[in-house]
Amino acid sequence: MAEKNLDAVGRFLARQGILVAFVLFMVGFSLWNPRFIDIDNVFGVIRSSAILGVMALGVTFVVIGGNLDLSVGSLMSFSAIVVLDLHENPAFGPYLAIPAMFAMTMAIGALIGFLVGYLRLNSLIVTLGMLSAIHGLTLTWSGGQNMDIANQDATWFGVFGRGTALGIPIPVLMFGLLAAVLAILLAKTPFGRKVYAVGGNGTAATFSGIPRARVVFFTYIISSFCVATAGLIQASRTMGAQNTVGQGMELEVLAAVILGGASLLGGSGTVFKTVIGVLILGFIQNGLLLAGLEFYVQFVVTWVIIILAVWLDIATKRGKLWSAIA
Amino acid sequence: MKSDNMSNLIKNGAIWGFIVLELIFFQVAGEFWSLSERAFMDLDNMLLLLKQSAPIGIIAVGMTVIMINGNIDLSVGAIYALCAIVMLDSMSWPFMESLGDWAIPLAWLFALLTGAVLGLINGVIVWKTGVDAFIVTLGSMLGYRGLVFMYNGENPTYHLNWTMVDIAEWDIFGVETPALVFLAVALIVWFVMTRTVHGRNAYAVGNNREAAVNAAIRVGPHMLINFVLIGFLAALSAVTFYSGSGSVNPNDGMLFELWAITAVVLGGTKLIGGAGSIVGTFGGVIAIQLLRKGLGHIGADTATVNLVIGLILIAVLFLDRQLNVKGKEELKV
Repeated sequence: MAEKNLDAVGRFLARQGILVAFVLFMVGFSLWNPRFIDIDNVFGVIRSSAILGVMALGVTFVVIGGNLDLSVGSLMSFSAIVVLDLHENPAFGPYLAIPAMFAMTMAIGALIGFLVGYLRLNSLIVTLGMLSAIHGLTLTWSGGQNMDIANQDATWFGVFGRGTALGIPIPVLMFGLLAAVLAILLAKTPFGRKVYAVGGNGTAATFSGIPRARVVFFTYIISSFCVATAGLIQASRTMGAQNTVGQGMELEVLAAVILGGASLLGGSGTVFKTVIGVLILGFIQNGLLLAGLEFYVQFVVTWVIIILAVWLDIATKRGKLWSAIA
Repeated sequence: MKSDNMSNLIKNGAIWGFIVLELIFFQVAGEFWSLSERAFMDLDNMLLLLKQSAPIGIIAVGMTVIMINGNIDLSVGAIYALCAIVMLDSMSWPFMESLGDWAIPLAWLFALLTGAVLGLINGVIVWKTGVDAFIVTLGSMLGYRGLVFMYNGENPTYHLNWTMVDIAEWDIFGVETPALVFLAVALIVWFVMTRTVHGRNAYAVGNNREAAVNAAIRVGPHMLINFVLIGFLAALSAVTFYSGSGSVNPNDGMLFELWAITAVVLGGTKLIGGAGSIVGTFGGVIAIQLLRKGLGHIGADTATVNLVIGLILIAVLFLDRQLNVKGKEELKV
């Protein structure tokens, strides 16, 4: 009986290891420094993680579908530059700028989805190419200049990045709401099940009549929608953006998704776990800063944590700590 | 059989055909649009092109070996930056300064050792934990970049030594040191990959790891050696470039991994491993540099260069698939 219980505990740890680690980390740090768990600090951390987090939500769908998306950072720069430029354009203004930007960003997402889904091209190379191509588009659009909103007091555009509702920062609300909607979409709808099926075993999915190409296509649409939302938050928060604002974020986003436990092979992962992955990255950064360590130490710590998390995950699955590679 | 040979010929020759096409296009287009009076296909210009392609090229050679193995290394850009910092910073250590110009080879040695050790760390983790190389090197890309910033904050690290600059700009018949190093590296690794057991094993491991294990190839140490090699080459790339420039920013080398992978894929190496060649990668590196330079020659800006390179990468992938899949299509959707 006791053995059985131990077994159950082991399985729970293997399944929810990252959550347990997160809780332990939070409790430990809070005991050490009460300021860490202060409500302002917590909201501050989530707010600064929101941009990365929103992008990670979309990439979760792509990764579960068995693909990669390395173009999200570049695409986020594009959407931020476009929305700011259209905002300044008298023909558009904020009301039209936002839907126009979403349409353009999602059109690019549709192109990627078409290339990967329908043409069955390797997603790593396609999105690598798109990373470069979209950066070119962004530079062409902006002429290489930074974008700024000239009269920042005259517009309500800042609400997405700076506003609060019911005492909660808007970016946090948007992140939470999007996470909830996407979690339901992934876990409770036929579409969500198809994403798992396609990522788990594409051939089997095809034989059971699942339109593989269309499912992959829609994972990229979801990803680009999330990127557009992230771009909106970014642009609104700073009321200005550089051409390279999202540079390098594609790999950080991927790190958060992997940390949450999604397999790069596809077919596993959840929205909730990705949120945990994002929060872990955010709170580690914050905790190390509160501990008085240099900002850049977080990168080294993140490295160690990613490797450990994935290693332990694999080790529990194969039942051995060390790999079988000769 | 004959059509097989034909399609192989097309595939292997494609990158060189593309290079010839680029040369002709930029030569002709340059007559109309270029602001400069000089021809594009000028010997000096081509030598300069070879020199400019060296930093990415040296790394791309190592990346080819890694990708033939079926792995990938995303940390090369960070290794490149860290080794550059170690080299330039070590020049101003007290005991090094007392050595005079003898400090130069020692600084190079430190940088190359750093690169090899960083590669070794990646290799050991890949071997011992069994975590996919993509994830391992994604993590170390963040970690190594963190080390770069911890070394000297956001400040540039610089040390100018004229002897070192002279060595970096030394030339044989106009071919300068970086280009020579690139050619030498490509030649040596080409020899290793085509004429030695290690090279043959690299293809075997990438093609079918299970079969390679059954054929008594020690896959772990084999991959470890290749990770040390690419770390070393990233360091060598940093050494050849920064000996001349003498100053490194902590952001240098960012996206190098992506450029290197682009060159390798253009050269015909498969992401799944088991196929690819150093000669192809050499062609890929030259093709990209030619494109950047040529577009600059006819007055296009970086924006267009980025756009065109991205689209060409996708087009190559599409064409390659069309050439390969014909006749052996698995399952039509």
